[in-house]
Amino acid sequence: MNFSNQEYKNANKFSVSKTLRIFTVLICLVCLTAFTTKTDAGGYKLGDVATDFSLINIDGKMVSLSDYKTVKGFVVIFTCNTCPYAVAYEDRIVDLDKKYASKGYPVIAIMPNDTYIKPGDNMQAMQARAKAKGFTFPYLMDDGQKIYPQYGATKTPHVYILEKTTKGNIVKYIGAIDDNYQDAAAVKTKYAENAIDALLAGKEIAQKTTRAIGCSIKVK
Amino acid sequence: MKRILLVLILLCFACNTNDELKVYNYDGIAPLINKTDDKVHVVNFWATWCAPCVKELPYFEKINKVYKAKGVELLLVSLDFPREYETKLKPFLKEKQLKSEVVCLNDVGQNRWIPAIDTTWSGAIPATIIYKVGKRKFYEKSFTYEELEKEVQQFLK
Repeated sequence: MNFSNQEYKNANKFSVSKTLRIFTVLICLVCLTAFTTKTDAGGYKLGDVATDFSLINIDGKMVSLSDYKTVKGFVVIFTCNTCPYAVAYEDRIVDLDKKYASKGYPVIAIMPNDTYIKPGDNMQAMQARAKAKGFTFPYLMDDGQKIYPQYGATKTPHVYILEKTTKGNIVKYIGAIDDNYQDAAAVKTKYAENAIDALLAGKEIAQKTTRAIGCSIKVK
Repeated sequence: MKRILLVLILLCFACNTNDELKVYNYDGIAPLINKTDDKVHVVNFWATWCAPCVKELPYFEKINKVYKAKGVELLLVSLDFPREYETKLKPFLKEKQLKSEVVCLNDVGQNRWIPAIDTTWSGAIPATIIYKVGKRKFYEKSFTYEELEKEVQQFLK
């Protein structure tokens, strides 16, 4: 944590001899690795097997990934009613499901917030939003907040694309839906779509992780 | 190129009056969050729509008040949506009368600038950087005043 990019650059700038420079780089690498291990302890990395779950849907029924017998994978999206970033993506999430559910990659939306902190994310509010926006996919509540920490979701929206294999559901993509939260019409790269297209074509995903601003997941 | 830069700088000064917002892209923000003076800098990424951010703003304001004379400089970087600058951000700033400097970051290239700001940042806000020359820490979390003060004091040692 003490060795951010900037410090790394500073360290490089001020070190005189080459040996010193190599030594600094090594130390930085060790620190970065140590830190990465620490942050990833609570979440999935690419290639990990994602846990299944049994979470309550807005229709009162429980939903698990294992309910889906014929799919090729899943687009698991941690999202909510109350985050402006998540709201900005609602229509695009519906579009994703419409485009890819029939191709074997349905959207599974999970609301991870504590509803005591965010009453606007409670079950009634989730039902109302899903109806208003015409959600074509399950909108599940992470009741007890046990699932999002296992995935390592930190914010809404936060996307995990999973590929269904004989070993389980493998994490293939983590990150954002696309590269423009402000304007769907101005999007240049559709990260999530590109990842699913690559999976469907049996190709390597070009960008496996991306980052975007989002609202921190609310806990008591 | 230099001329364009000069015009841009002048424009920035020009908009630096009254309740005009200072809006930057990442390249414009970068020098503001990598200063090499002898101060301790506290940079907080927030937005009016982010409830935990709004909750902790008074703590940053208090740090500004208590530690300004001791060489601590605050910068509040708003990530509000540009379409809400007039309707939400400006009224908020007017109401709260923040003493710390507020700038806006408007840059959709988040996949570039989030890791550039810190490799460990997942993108959730609130997020905070505390730095001085030779030392820098990044926090993707909310603070209480006591926690924030403790961190700032670590940098003043």
